[in-house]
Amino acid sequence: MTKIKPEEMLTNAFSNDHKALIGFVTAGDPSFEKSVSEILTLAQAGTDIIEIGIPFSDPVADGPVIQAADLRAFAAGMTTERVFDLVAAVRQKSQVPLALLVYLNNVFKYGYERFFKRCEELQIGGLIIPDLPAEERPEVLPFAQKYGCALIPLVAPTSGQRIPKVVAGASGFVYAVSSMGVTGTRQQIQTNLKQMIAEIRQATDLPIAVGFGIHTPAQAAEIATVADGVIVGSAIVKLIAENDSAVSAKLDDYVQQLKTAIN
Amino acid sequence: MLTKKNIVTKNKPGRFGEFGGQYIPETLMHEVTKLAAAYEHYRQDPKFQAELKDLLDNYANRPSLLYHAKKMSADLGGAQIYFKREDLNHTGSHKINNVLGQVLLAKKMGKTRVIAETGAGQHGVATATVAALMGMECEIFMGEVDTKRQALNVYRMELLGAKVHSITTGTGTLKDAVNAAMQEWSRRTADTHYVIGSVMGPAPFPAMVADFQSVISQEIKQQLLAETGKLPDAVVACVGGGSNAMGAFYHFISEPTVRLIGCEAAGKGVNTKQHAATVERGSTGIFHGMKSLFLQNDDGQIDQVYSISAGLDYPGIGPQHADLAATKRAEYVGITDDEAVSAFEYIAREEGIIAAIESCHAVAYVRKLAPTMRPDQIIVCNLSGRGDKDVAAIARYRGKKIYD
Repeated sequence: MTKIKPEEMLTNAFSNDHKALIGFVTAGDPSFEKSVSEILTLAQAGTDIIEIGIPFSDPVADGPVIQAADLRAFAAGMTTERVFDLVAAVRQKSQVPLALLVYLNNVFKYGYERFFKRCEELQIGGLIIPDLPAEERPEVLPFAQKYGCALIPLVAPTSGQRIPKVVAGASGFVYAVSSMGVTGTRQQIQTNLKQMIAEIRQATDLPIAVGFGIHTPAQAAEIATVADGVIVGSAIVKLIAENDSAVSAKLDDYVQQLKTAIN
Repeated sequence: MLTKKNIVTKNKPGRFGEFGGQYIPETLMHEVTKLAAAYEHYRQDPKFQAELKDLLDNYANRPSLLYHAKKMSADLGGAQIYFKREDLNHTGSHKINNVLGQVLLAKKMGKTRVIAETGAGQHGVATATVAALMGMECEIFMGEVDTKRQALNVYRMELLGAKVHSITTGTGTLKDAVNAAMQEWSRRTADTHYVIGSVMGPAPFPAMVADFQSVISQEIKQQLLAETGKLPDAVVACVGGGSNAMGAFYHFISEPTVRLIGCEAAGKGVNTKQHAATVERGSTGIFHGMKSLFLQNDDGQIDQVYSISAGLDYPGIGPQHADLAATKRAEYVGITDDEAVSAFEYIAREEGIIAAIESCHAVAYVRKLAPTMRPDQIIVCNLSGRGDKDVAAIARYRGKKIYD
């Protein structure tokens, strides 16, 4: 058996008869141990890909819920190195496909070569870097390719004619941003997702997951009729923030609801 | 030895050496690309330039004076000191130069709403002013700490019809105001232009703001040549993000005999954690849309910085300054709170000018530099703003109980 590249683990999490659920947690929120256990709970409950956020001092693309999670993670002593330790702890028990949500400065300061090498060692399939648009991707791409790690492209409601450029040469999956603004739950998604996804499909064969603002199973179900996957972030982070001892049961229940809704 | 040839370097678009770029979310790329194209068009449009010049001359009170501070020059006993009086512009600082340019451009692009960050409030006041003049909706983002230390400016902006948002995240200062303004822009770009107040952010902002501020050095050059027939030996300006300094340096960058000196906020000392001396203590990083120098830790988390001056209280610096520092074309020096406050009092008593505490960082360095130079040499110091806004804070610094 040939060993598959970590980025293929992400693509393989999607299939024609199975919509993928992608869940997000901030590494170290509210502590190293609890964070590991949250991730394992999400994986056991059937989350197809888990996106782990590296806390950043100034998360410009994130709303208040994830900003607060970042502060809790810092209070628990999170550093880039500790995040890798945390992923290593997860890897001892689970082979769930993983991606990191990380601002570019954290990768830059760790060193591109060194960062992606760690990703390969820990089988991290991809990075979602909110402040790395297609124009600046060539700076990072050679390292990502060398270690088989996807740079997940983000397509925004305003991307329009930029879509072919944004997804060109991408791997893993495409992250379609449902709404303008920052991460966080929304009552309604205004964007014409059907058209946006059709435009993305014209430009790439990669699976497409939609994120930003999704929190109810009903919203997830609706999105799953047009997309290949649904990304739920702030809603999970909020659940973690509001529940301490009962968090495992709550996460498990929430993931079951979402999974049932999308498939 | 610097020569004209080796200091004018060829750069990739939007880059200054390795610095600059466009490190922003995809949500904003469409708008920033549109802005770059619009600016490229209007930059070369004589009608736009004529409209802008008319506003600068007849609304903002340009050209600003180049004032020979004879008394201070004699007192310091060295070089001749000239002040470029940007404090005499309408709204009281150099910020209006850039705001007039950007809001006029926004209007041409069909925008009806402008947003801006502000530290000391100078940029916020200038933006609110021009928005009122041009009939645009205006919202200003200001750190909570700054709304307190510059309470009068908050009310000024409200008088001018702007809505002021007090930002409580992070340190509640300029960096957090920029975060909030960027987030707001990513929510709403169709009718909104983000008037970035300094030579920072993603391309085209650093070059565009430098262009709009370059009128400062253009005038200095003309005025000084007319009066003395010479170029300055040194140009000194304070640096937060670096817009007044870039404006004052701009037309001298290709003049190798002119020393360019930027004065950073050393706060309570560069050996403490309470300073904003980015060039001296920072390292290369990527933040607020640009690759530049930042005060940050080994993980790339941005530091919480400090300065008595809200306008210099920023953990980064514009990418062109980072390049000028890397190529050693410009020098950057740290000035502490104590030195700046002392300069604030000195220039008031010596020249009868109450200058902004930001600008007094430059004045403080002139006090050190002038005595080391000859009387036939010339220092031009950019007085970027007036100090009325700082009087109450300086009084409190000196232990006087005055409230604004």
